[in-house]
Amino acid sequence: MITVKDLSVSYGAVRALRGVSFEAPTGQITAVLGANGAGKTTLLRTISGLVTPTSGTVALHDQPLTGLATENIARLGVGHVPEGRGVIEELTVEENLRLGGLSRKIDISAGLADQYARFPILGERRKKLCGTLSGGERQMLAMARALIAKPRVLLLDEPSLGLAPQVTAQLMRTIHDLCESEHLTVMLVEQNAKSALRIAHRAVVLHLGSAVASGDAATVAADDDLRRYYLGVVVE
Amino acid sequence: MSAFLSSSFMHNIFGGVAQGVVYSLVALSLVIIWQSTHVLNFAQGAMAMFATYVGMTEIDRGIGYWWCVIISVAVGMLLGGLTERVLIRPLYGKPEINPIVVMVGFLGVIEALAAAIWTSTTRNITEPFSQIYYHDHGNLVFVSPFIIYQVILALGIMLIIAALFRFTKLGLQLRASALAPEVSRLLGIRVSRMLTIGWILSAGVGAIAAVIQASGSFGLFPTDMDGIFVAGFIAAAVGGLESPIGAVAGGLLIGLAEQFILAYWSPNVAPLGGIIILVVALMIRPQGLFTKVAGRRV
Repeated sequence: MITVKDLSVSYGAVRALRGVSFEAPTGQITAVLGANGAGKTTLLRTISGLVTPTSGTVALHDQPLTGLATENIARLGVGHVPEGRGVIEELTVEENLRLGGLSRKIDISAGLADQYARFPILGERRKKLCGTLSGGERQMLAMARALIAKPRVLLLDEPSLGLAPQVTAQLMRTIHDLCESEHLTVMLVEQNAKSALRIAHRAVVLHLGSAVASGDAATVAADDDLRRYYLGVVVE
Repeated sequence: MSAFLSSSFMHNIFGGVAQGVVYSLVALSLVIIWQSTHVLNFAQGAMAMFATYVGMTEIDRGIGYWWCVIISVAVGMLLGGLTERVLIRPLYGKPEINPIVVMVGFLGVIEALAAAIWTSTTRNITEPFSQIYYHDHGNLVFVSPFIIYQVILALGIMLIIAALFRFTKLGLQLRASALAPEVSRLLGIRVSRMLTIGWILSAGVGAIAAVIQASGSFGLFPTDMDGIFVAGFIAAAVGGLESPIGAVAGGLLIGLAEQFILAYWSPNVAPLGGIIILVVALMIRPQGLFTKVAGRRV
């Protein structure tokens, strides 16, 4: 479980997060929704220690994460798939995957076999440079690279960005299955509220840095005002 | 065949390669630092010279050449790591000119310090191998045991570095940290440690170049690496700064160019060889002879 308490972040004079509090329960998907500039990416980057908050705390179970270096947060089991996926194009698929496991005490060859079983296309392309992969393949690789470290938490930043609708649907199914089979705490940042709410258990809606709603995904999905004003979903 | 090996053409080829591998080592060491921290280390040659002094003056105690080489390389690596931690680390995120200015200043400091400690008189290192050319049925073949030693040592170091970056876990982390530092940190890689290791490896390679240079006929003196650094720097630039293979090829090219200019034109203009190659290379391929043009980005 990730507990975010009263988290505020400023970039100079710009306040990107204003006292955000919520919990992302273990074994569930928490969707983080909101328009461009709502503070979704900043929230994930602060959890990972890439951004230092001006106030507030983040904790993984009882372990405070605030103030720890990014690499140490990763080593505690927080897998972060950044916006744009962050696959290293100059390395091969397999090198990218290995990189995910290097900082953890795991059997890398077994980990590779696991991920190739889960994403067979990555196995077929293992010797290829990542610059040659399609957007969907890159997203799979980025997730597999996070999963190989056997994380407890998976932070996904706009995984559907730039993907075709069918690919997005497939990806959302994969995220849902992963969450169940690995008992992961998933935090799913999406602009595509509709797809995210389909698989999420809980949802947090950010607007200009503040959490304007949080609760059951079904409740958020049913709230016409939220959908109309913050999620850009057309209400029939 | 033996007549061909004894020709002045082959003399220049052997001589050019022997000097070129030293340039290649310096160029390679510059590329390693450039790739990981985007710093042009103008003190690279001087740091290597200093390390060589520390190691090679141990020879006076009679501990033997090879121990001195090992001490020189170890001191070089230590100096590289310390330089990154103390001088360069505070400058990350600042304008790129800042570390350049600091390292040019450091170059002056190290050379002055070396002169103050060991005087600026040339010291000759007892050669580990003879510099006398081999004979083949009375004809000179312009290769000496020393030339073989320097070429094999340099190529060996290059292969070790290549294998380390290509095939080891450390190498993968070094490459990833250079290519995508933020993503690497998200994967739990200790990027700042990798940057220090990059400087340590680079300074070790530089120290080997300085050891070879000082062991040859020029000997060891506080500014002995200045010319070598300039040639190595040009070699790295010709290769595109990002490419280890380009750096090695650039070094050989400049070594050969200097040798041929020296033989067929005048020794006074030999250092121009590097400059000519740089100008021509920049005209033909400004991005560097061995740099891939930025590929397709989806």
